[in-house]
Amino acid sequence: MSVEILMPSLNSPIELRNVYGETLIELTKENNKIVLLEADLMGAIKTNNYQKAFPDNLISCGIMEANMVGVASGLSLRGFIPYMHTFGPFATRRCYDQLFLSIGYAKLNLKIIGSDSGVSAAHNGGTHMPFEDVGLMRLIPKCTVIEISDHVMFKDILKQVASIYGMHYIRIVRKNMEQIYKEDSTFKIGKGIVLREGKTVAIVATGIMIKEALLAREILEKEGISTAVIDMFTIKPIDKELLIKYANKTELIVTAENHNIIGGLGSAVLESLEGTNSKVARVGVKDRFGQVGTQQFLQKEYGLTALKIVESVKENL
Amino acid sequence: MKKFSVQIRLEILKMLKQRGFGHLGGSMSVVEILSVLYTKVMNIDPSNPAWEDRDYLVLSKGHAGPALYSALALKGYFKKSILKTLNDNNTILPSHCDRLLTPGIDMTTGSLGQGISSAVGIAKALKLEQKHNKVYVIIGDGELNEGQCYEALQFAYHHKLDNLILFIDENKQQLDGFTKDIMIQQDISKKIAAFGFDTVKVDGHNEEIILKAIKNALLVKDVPSCIVLDTVKAKGVEMYEGDINNHHVRFNDNQIEYINNLIKELEEEIS
Repeated sequence: MSVEILMPSLNSPIELRNVYGETLIELTKENNKIVLLEADLMGAIKTNNYQKAFPDNLISCGIMEANMVGVASGLSLRGFIPYMHTFGPFATRRCYDQLFLSIGYAKLNLKIIGSDSGVSAAHNGGTHMPFEDVGLMRLIPKCTVIEISDHVMFKDILKQVASIYGMHYIRIVRKNMEQIYKEDSTFKIGKGIVLREGKTVAIVATGIMIKEALLAREILEKEGISTAVIDMFTIKPIDKELLIKYANKTELIVTAENHNIIGGLGSAVLESLEGTNSKVARVGVKDRFGQVGTQQFLQKEYGLTALKIVESVKENL
Repeated sequence: MKKFSVQIRLEILKMLKQRGFGHLGGSMSVVEILSVLYTKVMNIDPSNPAWEDRDYLVLSKGHAGPALYSALALKGYFKKSILKTLNDNNTILPSHCDRLLTPGIDMTTGSLGQGISSAVGIAKALKLEQKHNKVYVIIGDGELNEGQCYEALQFAYHHKLDNLILFIDENKQQLDGFTKDIMIQQDISKKIAAFGFDTVKVDGHNEEIILKAIKNALLVKDVPSCIVLDTVKAKGVEMYEGDINNHHVRFNDNQIEYINNLIKELEEEIS
């Protein structure tokens, strides 16, 4: 792992979809066994250039997610390395049994990119807004679950998983994300990143909640509450060692996730601290469905803000 | 081929008798197609199940595992004595096919509708590799209830998978009874043909006719083929033919006696 932190970033936010196709072009140049499976969302994830560069490697699967996963299993049986993207609910919930059996149980290789994590689905609304995808994917034995923090991490993880056989679920915001890491940083799957040190509270966050956690820290530090912030981008297998270290070092762990607090990061953290005396509070969606709105509105609506994190720290400390 | 069919049928009976229960009906209806594939059609090497130039078989109706295990054992993929371990604790022969456990099983199946998608994926992969291996996939008529089957049909046609032959075991029954009572299928051949498949329907218990249909299908270019097999569920076990409860059976003493007699008859037929 070689990480340099830029936050607060001076660069303008970058759309993750702008790096997806381009990174995969680079990868396919090196390894022609890489294939991209599309379920009629090329326009949304911007893989048109990939199709121009490698027309055979881009496999049009139509709006048939269940079959797409099965096709991936067949490709994997022949040694191909399939990447599939669609919106998070359709990449997980819609084809769950296929992922569970035809990929997971059959021990095959598939990289699943689920976009528009949680409230970032914004105006696509409740039908497209996954608050459950992390929970679902964590329940598939041996499936690695990653939530991407910015485009720098996305590029690196896309590259890394090409050479790690198995099932990877990569949860992304498809559009703008603020840059947290310096270009060309590299990450270690399964290892959390301490973005800020602190002694009293540790906020463990993923995805869009990292920015909120950093803002919350500013507020808390001003009030004299020393706060660590950890990017726990690998939700499974989670960095238990780091969690225990911070559970021992601080008085309170607060998790922050753009997901239902049932089954996601918060649950994973609680599970790994089982048997310790740690105090854990979870900030996230409280067992609700999604709805339409701007991301800003939805973050307030579902309590996914820096102020909610601050509130939680104060309530639980 | 006929002798191989009798042998498969015999081994299925022995396995299920040993266990005392199992998926009798759907195993017996696919005996002849497996016999033809494993004796006259598939390019395989039982001593090297992972041979990259082999033809693939996906038994999408994974519950017919016992029939396929019999064919594989008879071909020498593993010892015939292992057949006795069907569904034992720690067996390599689970009720539904598992590619990680059994030599010669190309894909894990059991959740209906999924094997056909894996098969079209393998066929697509072979096209990308410009390889000439063939992919055979067997699905049940009850399995055709699953919407995923129709997704796979569309994919196979769109991607011109003429290296794929789909067999539909039309035994006209499913777990709860006759397909016409559970979910009307209409004319399966016409339905599959409407998806662009080169489709024929043949007697699914006549090896020569099945072989001829496969040879014709292998000549088809640019579109995938489908051979609808007109079959009888529990074929060859008269006590269970036409019985609506023949999908998964549990034998009582009378039935065991009947099976024992049938085993004797088949053994005599072979010798």
